[in-house]
Amino acid sequence: MIKKVSFMRVLLSSLAAVGVLSSAAAMAEEPIKIGEINSYKSQPVFTDGYKKGMQLAIDQINAAGGVAGRKLELITRDDNANPGEAIRQAEDLITREKVDILAGAFYAHIGTALTDYAKQKRRFTLITEALSDNIVWSVGNRYTFRLDASTYMLVASLVDDAVKLKKKRWALIYPNYEFGTSAANVFKKLMKQRQPDVEFVTEQAPPFGKIDAGSVVQALSDAKPEATFNALFGTDLAQFVREGTTRGFLGDNMPVYSIITGQPEYLEPLRDEIPKNWVVTGYPWYSIKTPAHQTFLTEYQTKYGKENLRFGSIIGYATIKAIAAGVAASGGKTDTESMIKAFEGLEFDTPDGKTVFRKIDHQATWGLYVGKLAVVDGKGVMVDYHFAPGDTLLPSDDEVRKLRPAD
Amino acid sequence: MDLYALLAQLLNGLAEASALFLVAAGLSLIFGVSRIVNFAHGSFFMLGMYVAHSLIERLGGGSWRVMGFWGALLLAALVVGLLGALVEMLLLRRIYKAPELFQLLATFALVLVFNDAALWIWGPEDLLGRRAPGLAGAVQLFGRAYPSYNLVLIVVGPAILGLLWVLLTRTRWGVMVRAATHDREMLGALGVNQAWLFTGVFALGCMLAGLGGALQLPREPASLGRDLTTIGDAFVIVVVGGMGSIPGAYLAALLIAEVKSICIGLGTVQLASITISFSKLTLVVEFLIMAVVLVVRPWGLLGRPQATNRHAAPVEAPLRRGSGRYAVAITVSLLAMAALPLLNQSLPYAAVLGQDVLVAILFVVSLHFMMGPGGMHSFGHAAYYGLGAYGAAILVKAAGLPMPLATLAAPLLAGLGAMLFGWFCVRLSGVYLAMLTLAFSQIVWSVVFQWDAVTGGSNGMIGIWPDEWLSGTRYYYLTLVIVALSAYVLRRFLFAPFGYALRAGRDSPLRADAIGIDVKRVQWLAFVIAGVFGGLAGTIYVFSKGSVSPDVISVGKSVDGLVMVLLGGIQALTGPIIGAAVFGVLQDSVMRATDYWRALFGGIILFLVLAFPQGLAGISLQIRSWWQHPRMAMTAERQEKLT
Repeated sequence: MIKKVSFMRVLLSSLAAVGVLSSAAAMAEEPIKIGEINSYKSQPVFTDGYKKGMQLAIDQINAAGGVAGRKLELITRDDNANPGEAIRQAEDLITREKVDILAGAFYAHIGTALTDYAKQKRRFTLITEALSDNIVWSVGNRYTFRLDASTYMLVASLVDDAVKLKKKRWALIYPNYEFGTSAANVFKKLMKQRQPDVEFVTEQAPPFGKIDAGSVVQALSDAKPEATFNALFGTDLAQFVREGTTRGFLGDNMPVYSIITGQPEYLEPLRDEIPKNWVVTGYPWYSIKTPAHQTFLTEYQTKYGKENLRFGSIIGYATIKAIAAGVAASGGKTDTESMIKAFEGLEFDTPDGKTVFRKIDHQATWGLYVGKLAVVDGKGVMVDYHFAPGDTLLPSDDEVRKLRPAD
Repeated sequence: MDLYALLAQLLNGLAEASALFLVAAGLSLIFGVSRIVNFAHGSFFMLGMYVAHSLIERLGGGSWRVMGFWGALLLAALVVGLLGALVEMLLLRRIYKAPELFQLLATFALVLVFNDAALWIWGPEDLLGRRAPGLAGAVQLFGRAYPSYNLVLIVVGPAILGLLWVLLTRTRWGVMVRAATHDREMLGALGVNQAWLFTGVFALGCMLAGLGGALQLPREPASLGRDLTTIGDAFVIVVVGGMGSIPGAYLAALLIAEVKSICIGLGTVQLASITISFSKLTLVVEFLIMAVVLVVRPWGLLGRPQATNRHAAPVEAPLRRGSGRYAVAITVSLLAMAALPLLNQSLPYAAVLGQDVLVAILFVVSLHFMMGPGGMHSFGHAAYYGLGAYGAAILVKAAGLPMPLATLAAPLLAGLGAMLFGWFCVRLSGVYLAMLTLAFSQIVWSVVFQWDAVTGGSNGMIGIWPDEWLSGTRYYYLTLVIVALSAYVLRRFLFAPFGYALRAGRDSPLRADAIGIDVKRVQWLAFVIAGVFGGLAGTIYVFSKGSVSPDVISVGKSVDGLVMVLLGGIQALTGPIIGAAVFGVLQDSVMRATDYWRALFGGIILFLVLAFPQGLAGISLQIRSWWQHPRMAMTAERQEKLT
């Protein structure tokens, strides 16, 4: 027994010695490690473009000499669409990989769990895609920042147009989980403010991924609405559109206001069955003419071939750009306090232009495209769109202070 | 809803019912004959959609498009049926003699493999199929436009039902299938080649699943998530209708589809001052129906009590106390686990993963307690894990209880849940019991998922961290102590008179009853004990992660538990421990080995299934029996081949 213990001790101490030596030698030009956690297996449509976008930005930045003299290194982890595993991956990234910066999250519940983990461990964390308003408001904290436009911003971007329509009877349809219910609640609240006589004649909240589209469409149309707000996406959306068109619910006489439908992830599968009269938020990468986006598009397609971009592509690209800008602003320091200081009010470039991480709630002011759907060359596209800047889509500072607990 | 609206909704339900029936019929057929709980049935459905999509894109154009379209649908069903036959011959045929439910493990692995295969072949995007030629429009019914393709579906369901009825009652093959459903041994003794009969039934079942998927394609896109959503529906319908009863499956599909349609039609209703959203109720309505049906009719609507299955593994040997070597092995493992945090320099991740593995071990040991020695298979053990996790979260956040008190109280909450649900469950047996546990866990899940004010809804609850004095490695040691003690206590139960009574009730309820054991009460008690310890696992989990979301109560969590029990070996007390540890470490390592980790993980499980049909804990037994009786083992093998 004694022999065994001493052997273990020798082994451990020699391992430790090797560790110390190697870390001392490498200190000088160690890369800045970014640990990224996402639902790679569960959401391949989004994450495929997302990973490519990230890698493109990493390669560009490293080719230009890195940030503050250090190269960037990306380590990705699959959270298996499970918050508990996401936390474990975060611990792995911190303890074993010794990453400098944590980022990621697609699903709202995983984003929420990582937000709380950041607070508990006092680690700077950038939530990239998870849309829940809670992440910056009700459970927001000083350690967490969020890149993508939130549910509130998505809905707010449609309300201007929806009010102009001057329709009184509205129907709502959304998937039955936090994204859908909070989108519906924000829509109802904002519409009531702007158009007090508005009436919500029916609400359908089918289970996510399991819509009975025929019955749902009929129930909606039986309520005789004049306009519809939609938050369905993915397979639910495809079924809703097909049944809605066949049953004559969707079409010329039914204006629909719909969030995220214009993202290529959800638009492409609909092929040419794009319903008329839809106003959507989305990402029309194929026709954005700004020089910044043109450059991004060319570089992306040079690296990966002539394939279609995803919304994930630009989010992944901007994730790395934001982190690089933050590290540059902190002078190369990646400890949590320096990063928070750098990120509050940080201005960084996205292919859609300058964006700022707000000091008040750590939400990026990245805007979004609002436009109509149309079929061009047998494919669904967004047309007549405009870019709604993010800072115009958020509630007043007083309201935000009420929504977000003080640190 | 006026009368016409109601009628139109009922018509919608009729089309849905056909779609649901097609998936369920095959599953029911397969279970009735081979007793295989085919977890991959949803995958065959999904493959049916994808194959049909590819075929229609090729054959569905041009002047022959009508024939091309319908031909492609049938061809897709045939392709999936062929795949089913291959799976039966290469995989399932080798493990019929394994302990009950073991085939579920194999089909679980198939789900992983098929899903990644579909991702590889067809890519991640949803694929919307063409509409049926000539049936793209709608007809006017009850003053509303009604898709004409739905009319086809309404006819197809009962037509398939009729064809199956003719096949099963009017053909020689059907007679043999029905005979196999009642008594396979006898059929074998009469000289019928069971192997081909089983292959045929499995292929037919898979073909029906493939046809169901193909027929669904004009209504919804083929997508990678469709395997798991389908399998849930299919199980519910088969069980509500009565396992093995095809007309029962249709009746159940009809019942569930119509209730759903009416719920959707009702929408939001004001009753007195309460607002009820029937639309949101559709999240769980099929499970509510299943719970009610099983409580009232323990074998489903048209099912009959299951005939005893004489084909499975022999009755397991009585449990023996561990030898000296066993005690040494346990001590060494415990010491090794205790040493993990000391490796924080060289292997910093070991303790992080160890924490999760320990929680999984407790969860699985508690599940095994009721499944193995208790003989009550649970498909819904996550309910108690979740009640423990959410119980602790709510007690800490809402009631302001200190963490140690919450840790003690939350498992008791889970126990209360188990007491309530168990009372109903122990009245059933076999797969029906398992499905009732699933129904209850889905009901708990849907309440947690939608009760925003208390449980935080789908995003869950956060900020549930252990007290300061338990931070860091201390929490790991607390977990280790709790898990080790719990495993010891559960083991102790099994060697107490209570444990003997429990096993007696499992192996021979009649004889146990005759010597004065109140079997139901003993089972109920075991159910509650398993619930308490499952809840304890959930409680430890929530403090280790700081947050909890409805995933902890999901079907996936229950299935993971089942898989770990089966992987380790249901007949050994160390099985769940080995199973949980191997599953946890294996999944964690394959996840970062390759992008197609699901396929790799599934492949490894398939290998383990074929190599160790007694589970991993059975390896030592398997080797010992070869070592001690090489001649006997060989003779037994030869005899097996002869039969």
